[in-house]
Amino acid sequence: MIPDLREILKHYRDPRLAKRLVEKIHEISKDLPEVRIMHVCGTHEWTITHWGIRSLLPENVKVRAGPGCPVCVTPASDIEAAIDLAIDGINVVTYGDMSRAKGSRMISLEDCKALGGRVRIVYSFIDAVKMASSNPGEEYVFLGAGFETTAPLIAYEVSKGLPKNLTIISAHRYVPPAVGLLAESYDLEIDAFINPGHASTISGMKAYKEYFERSRKPMVFAGFEPIDVLIAIYIILKQIRENRPEMVNEYLRSVTWDGNLRAQRYMFEVFELMDGYWRGVAMIPESYMAFRERFSSFDARRRYGLEEGRGDSFHAEARCADVIKGRIDPPECPLYMKTCTPSTPIGPTMVGVEGTCRIWAQHRVMGFRCHGGVCRFSERS
Amino acid sequence: MCYAIPAKIVRISGDKGWVDFGDGVEREIILAMVEAEVGDYVLVHAGYAIQVIKEEEALRILEAYQSIFESEDRG
Amino acid sequence: MASAEKHITLLHGGGGVYMHRLIKDYILPRIGKHRRAVELPLEALADSAVMDGIVFTTDSYTVKPIFFPGGDIGRLSVAGTVNDLCVMGAEPLALSCSLIIEEGLSFEILGKVLDSMKTTAEEAEVDIITGDTKVVERGKLDGLVINTAGIGRRSPLLDHNLERVRRSGRSLSSRWLTASNIRDGDKIIVSGPIGEHALAIMIARGELGLQAPSIGSDTAPLNRLMEDALRAGGVVAAKDPTRGGLASLLNEWSERTGLGMIIHESRIPVSDQVKTASEILGIDPLELANEGKLVLATAPEAAENVLNALRSNKLGRDAEIIGEFTKEFDSVVVETEIGGLRYLPMPLGDPVPRIC
Repeated sequence: MIPDLREILKHYRDPRLAKRLVEKIHEISKDLPEVRIMHVCGTHEWTITHWGIRSLLPENVKVRAGPGCPVCVTPASDIEAAIDLAIDGINVVTYGDMSRAKGSRMISLEDCKALGGRVRIVYSFIDAVKMASSNPGEEYVFLGAGFETTAPLIAYEVSKGLPKNLTIISAHRYVPPAVGLLAESYDLEIDAFINPGHASTISGMKAYKEYFERSRKPMVFAGFEPIDVLIAIYIILKQIRENRPEMVNEYLRSVTWDGNLRAQRYMFEVFELMDGYWRGVAMIPESYMAFRERFSSFDARRRYGLEEGRGDSFHAEARCADVIKGRIDPPECPLYMKTCTPSTPIGPTMVGVEGTCRIWAQHRVMGFRCHGGVCRFSERS
Repeated sequence: MCYAIPAKIVRISGDKGWVDFGDGVEREIILAMVEAEVGDYVLVHAGYAIQVIKEEEALRILEAYQSIFESEDRG
Repeated sequence: MASAEKHITLLHGGGGVYMHRLIKDYILPRIGKHRRAVELPLEALADSAVMDGIVFTTDSYTVKPIFFPGGDIGRLSVAGTVNDLCVMGAEPLALSCSLIIEEGLSFEILGKVLDSMKTTAEEAEVDIITGDTKVVERGKLDGLVINTAGIGRRSPLLDHNLERVRRSGRSLSSRWLTASNIRDGDKIIVSGPIGEHALAIMIARGELGLQAPSIGSDTAPLNRLMEDALRAGGVVAAKDPTRGGLASLLNEWSERTGLGMIIHESRIPVSDQVKTASEILGIDPLELANEGKLVLATAPEAAENVLNALRSNKLGRDAEIIGEFTKEFDSVVVETEIGGLRYLPMPLGDPVPRIC
């Protein structure tokens, strides 16, 4: 008799299983040179930080967050375009954290709202549709940031038809090419990847094949429970030790080779992949979801003559780009938890719900000097 | 967040359905992107189901590791 | 532009960092010096003040909606003030009740609220002995605001309780239950599952598209539960984790004492429903308000007895020892269920306004 799923899932937090996995991780990584693992999902960073996973890993195993935060990688010019629309009296609708990211004029949509701009916050795109339907006399623009986890829902609603007074600035991005770029980056020196769990539930493992083959670096698709992440790290270390890189699916209960074909159909019916700029990272080929020509009536860029997104425009002293790329940890930025805090954010990484700086700040992580950030008094030098 | 939570389908109505996250915590979501029936567990993200979760798959990797550790314990 | 420094924002009422700063930096300095000797003065920022043997506290209640699963503003206004008295080690005696009513509120609603206050006062065995009523124009206030002030006296059980503490050879900074009594090694006990009140309110507001029929507010007067703990003896400090939840309370204690804490996540009582609902909403149960829970700091050797005493009371059935104070850390540290470590910082404010 197979137990109920919720009962099974409790085991993904089992302290005894965690202990054994941590022991094996320490065992297998002994004498290995420093192993740098990168993940590209803010939710993986949340899991790792919230459960204190770094405090359990050996010194020579480092896990760092890459550009897995859609709000963080939305180009500055998209934010500026939205701000201009809001000032012009068009209702700009977006998610709470997106509304707090600053553009090139160093103000956010939220700041703009306080100055009289028309900005509305919603939890989901469906709420934006409801809002526009209830107010047919006004114009609405939805600033849609997200990856392939979120895009299918937008595409689905678009394919059913939207109220005439609602258009979308698509800021959606596609993750596999970003992993491809990072995998081949010489200066980042990443040894292995924890691949996203839900984005790849949609796209399928197949979307990463070419990047794996080109880079030959271990890629493990992991779930979001602490045991998922520990198993993924163990699998990676085993592959590195045995010099046997593979694409492995740890997240068997959700990820498949082909992914969610229905979601892909909706998504690629409405959007096509173009080269796109990721704020803080680079121009990444075929990584941006643009509206196809026949859906151009839903495209706010078309309607209002907006350009394609570009530009970093970070604060001069801030090291947002390095955090987004995964070149540094947040405490290495001189502004982290000094002038840039969750209540007084300067860069998008402190604003995005999946932003590395924000996640670290919420957990008061100040550095790795001891135990992944938590220092005992007796250990302080 | 990419955070998605498993929930059991309790009611279906066209493309939409009501799911139970446990102990009566319920929400309406879009089911258009999965093929599922009442009683199935789905992963819910941002108001829609992204995947049907099979118990056997959830058990697979756990059992694999549990058996590795058990055989190690036995020596 | 409304900024946190120039105008009061909802964050300032949230029970977290902003509210603490508002009180410390703006309000306290302007209140001025006390004329008479006050045993526990305003600056101590305790839940109640003590002067001339009288324990005195006040609280205002603005919760929305007025009625919610598990309670209502009336029950809350009595229980909340009773609790602020009993966590000092006082025996609550009487309350005042000041009603500010919005024009147009129905008699039916007012009647239900007053009945609830009466029932809760009977439960707590306190009297409502004085009050005031005001009516403001429609639209100037959201339905109903209640202020209750409470008086109490030193509990007959408090001296016996403190004697248990002194037995181990330790001296006490205060003859009341306050954070100043806490020492390195003291244990921390929570009387039951957390997060229920805040979630009940959030779900009752209906804005979240979430249904959770089994989550109800835990609002309850805790003076009898507190007495059970005092009878066991060894309690050095007590507080109820309202706005800002357990996270706010523990950080406050850490700040006041200069001690760190290690909290074992697996021992914190949380119901499955609260866990599930919190995960869906992306909030931390540790930051959620409670209105029927006690957090006690006890001398290490007394913890088990106090725990058993709590568990023998219906309201403390699920009590747990969740951690202890330690000099090893400089603030509140959580040992996660899988054995990792993370900090638990002071929350910025309650996830949602008008929770109590």
